[in-house]
Amino acid sequence: MDLFEYQARDLFAKHDVPVLAGEVIDTPEAARAATERLGGKSVVKAQVKVGGRGKAGGVKLAANADEAVARATDILGMDIKGHTVHKVMIAETAPEILEEYYVSFLLDRANRTFLSIASVEGGMEIEEVAATRPEAVAKIAIDAIDGVDEAKAREIVEAAKFPAEVADKVVNVLVTLWDTFIKSDALLVEVNPLAKVASGDVIALDGKVSLDDNAEFRHDWDELHDKAAANPLEAAAKEKNLNYVKLDGEVGIIGNGAGLVMSTLDVVAYAGENHGNVKPANFLDIGGGASAQVMANGLEIILGDPDVKSVFVNVFGGITACDEVANGIVQALKLLEDRGEEVTKPLVVRLDGNNAELGRQILTDANHPLVQRVDTMDGAADKAAELAHAAK
Amino acid sequence: MAIWLNKDSKVIVQGMTGATGMKHTKLMLGDGTNVVGGVNPRKAGQTVDFDGTEVPVFGTVAEAIEKTGANVSVIFVPEKFTKDAVIEAIDAEIALAVVITEGIAVHDSANFWAYAGKKGNKTRIIGPNCPGIITPGQSNVGIIPGDITKPGRIGLVSKSGTLTYQMMYELRDIGFSTAVGIGGDPIIGTTHIDALAAFEADPETDLIVMIGEIGGDAEERAADFIAKNVTKPVVGYVAGFTAPEGKTMGHAGAIVSGSSGTAQAKKEALEAAGVKVGKTPTETAKLAREILGG
Repeated sequence: MDLFEYQARDLFAKHDVPVLAGEVIDTPEAARAATERLGGKSVVKAQVKVGGRGKAGGVKLAANADEAVARATDILGMDIKGHTVHKVMIAETAPEILEEYYVSFLLDRANRTFLSIASVEGGMEIEEVAATRPEAVAKIAIDAIDGVDEAKAREIVEAAKFPAEVADKVVNVLVTLWDTFIKSDALLVEVNPLAKVASGDVIALDGKVSLDDNAEFRHDWDELHDKAAANPLEAAAKEKNLNYVKLDGEVGIIGNGAGLVMSTLDVVAYAGENHGNVKPANFLDIGGGASAQVMANGLEIILGDPDVKSVFVNVFGGITACDEVANGIVQALKLLEDRGEEVTKPLVVRLDGNNAELGRQILTDANHPLVQRVDTMDGAADKAAELAHAAK
Repeated sequence: MAIWLNKDSKVIVQGMTGATGMKHTKLMLGDGTNVVGGVNPRKAGQTVDFDGTEVPVFGTVAEAIEKTGANVSVIFVPEKFTKDAVIEAIDAEIALAVVITEGIAVHDSANFWAYAGKKGNKTRIIGPNCPGIITPGQSNVGIIPGDITKPGRIGLVSKSGTLTYQMMYELRDIGFSTAVGIGGDPIIGTTHIDALAAFEADPETDLIVMIGEIGGDAEERAADFIAKNVTKPVVGYVAGFTAPEGKTMGHAGAIVSGSSGTAQAKKEALEAAGVKVGKTPTETAKLAREILGG
C-alpha cells in the first residue's frame, strides 16, 4: 500500500524524522483555518499518488488565508495524470532552501535484504540522477537483523559525501527514518527532497512510503486505506476476500492460483489478437478451494462489470478435484439466479487435472444454456475471446 | 537421483496438528513420503493416526531430528508465527526447510534469510509462499498433487504453484526428475539459479523447464546464469505480459514497478541466453517435447 504525502509526513513525525507542520483537508473552506493555524500563509499541495504534481499545477503558495481557500478550490477536484484530487495538504511554507538531498530505505529483492540509497543531489527523481551521474548516488546494503545504528548511518553519510556541517543532522534523519521503516513494515521510505534550510536545519520536505500489505495483521492501518480511489469492483471484491484486479478489457477471467490466472490473462490477450483485439477484463484468483460459494462471489463480481462480454473460467484441479469445481460452477449460477441476478453473459469453462473427466461430465449434464466446455486452455481462451468480440 | 529430495528423505511437519498440516500430511503419506514426525510444543509426546500410520509429535525441531534423524522440514504454521518456525529449523540445522505458508510479512522473510546467513546457510530454505517440492515416485513435500505425473527426465522450477501443476500435467507422459515451486514472494530462499545449478549437476535430468513471472529481476539473473553455466536445454515460460504497472497480481512479488520487472524484459533475457520461451504453457510444453523427442 502506497501512502499519500500527508500520511508519510505524519508517519515521519511519529518517528521523529524532522518535518514541517501540515494538515490534510478535503474542502476549500477548511484551508482558511488551517492556514491561520500556520501563522497566515501556507503551501497548498494536492494529495495524489503520482509524481509530477508540481508541474501539473497541484502545488501552490498562498500568502494569506483567502488565497489558501482560492488555491484549494482550484486544486480540489483537479485531475493529475488520471488521479482525481480529493484531498489537499495545507503545509507550513518552507524556510529558504540552500541544498536538496535524497535518502531512502527500501527492500532489495535481488540481494534479499534492505538497501539504503543516498545522494547530495536530491530534488529530482533518483533514477534520473543514477542514470546521468551514478557517482553521485550511494547504495549501501543494510543487514536485516543488524539494521541502522548511528555508526551505519555515518557510513551512509560518508559514502554519499554529505557536507561535514550537516553530517550529524543527516545521521539523525537516517536513524529516525530507519526506525520508521522497520516499525512500519515498510517496503520503501523515501525523503526527497531532504532540505538544508537557512537555519542550518535538515528537514524532510516531501516523502514517499509504501507499506507491506502482508504485515497489516500487526498494525492498525484502517485509516490509511484510500477508499475514495478504489475501483468499486475492486472494493466489492476486497469485501468478499477475493484477489481481484480490474483491467480494461472485455473477457472476464476466473482462475485458481496467481500464476495460472496471470497466464490466463496473457493467453486471452494473444487469442484476442484474432478476435478484434479483445483483452482480459480482470485478474481474479479464487485460490485452491474454489467452493460454490467462492465461485458464486467471483462470478457475481465479474458479471457485475459492464465491460465484461464473456467469461473464461480456467481451473486446474490440483488438490481440489474438478468435479467439486464443476459442481461449484453449476451451484454458483443457481445461487446467482436465486439471488435475482440475471446471468446473460456466456461462460467458457476449461477444467483440467484432478478428476477432470468427472467435472466435465457434470457440466455437460447440467446443460446450462450459457456454459460452454472447451477442454484446453488455449482453445478455451480463443472461444472466450471470440464470444466477447461477437458481443462487442 | 533427483535434486534435494529422494526416497531416503526423512520429513517432519512443523504445524502438522493444524487443519492444513493434517490434510497435507495425510496426502504426503499417501504419496509415499517418509513423514517421521510433527512439531508442536503443546502436543509433544502425542501421536497422530493417519489411516493407520502413527506419526509422533515432538516439542521442538531439534528433538524431532535427534529422535528420528529427520533431514527435511515442511512448514505449515500460520503467517504470524512462520518467522519463528523457520528460525527454529535453522537453529536445528535441518538440511532442507520447505515453507508453504502464504502471506508472510516481507520483513519477516528478510529477517530469517539474514539469520540463515549468519548461521552459515546450513539449511536450504524453499519458499515461502510456495507449493513445495516433489520427486515423483520417491517423495513429495508440500501441497503439489502427487498423482499428476511419474518419474522422468524433466526438471522443473517455478514461481507459481498452479503453473507447476499445469506444466507437469502437459508433460505427464514424459515425467519429471524433480519439480520445485520456489514461490512468488519478493524474498525467497531458493532461487531459479539454485535449482538450475542443481538440475545441471543431476545426471537424471535431461531438460529443465523454468517458469517465471513479473516482478524483480530473478529471471534476468537466471538467464545470465544459464548463458554461463548451463549446458542442458532449458525451456522457459513467463507469466504476466498483460499485467498493468503498479498492481500486485496475486503473488506479493508479482508487480511491475515503473519499467522494471516486466514479462517482456524477462522473455528477452531468457531468449538471449538461448532459452526457448513459449507464448502459452501449452506451447512451452510443446517446445520441451520437441527437444526431448529430437
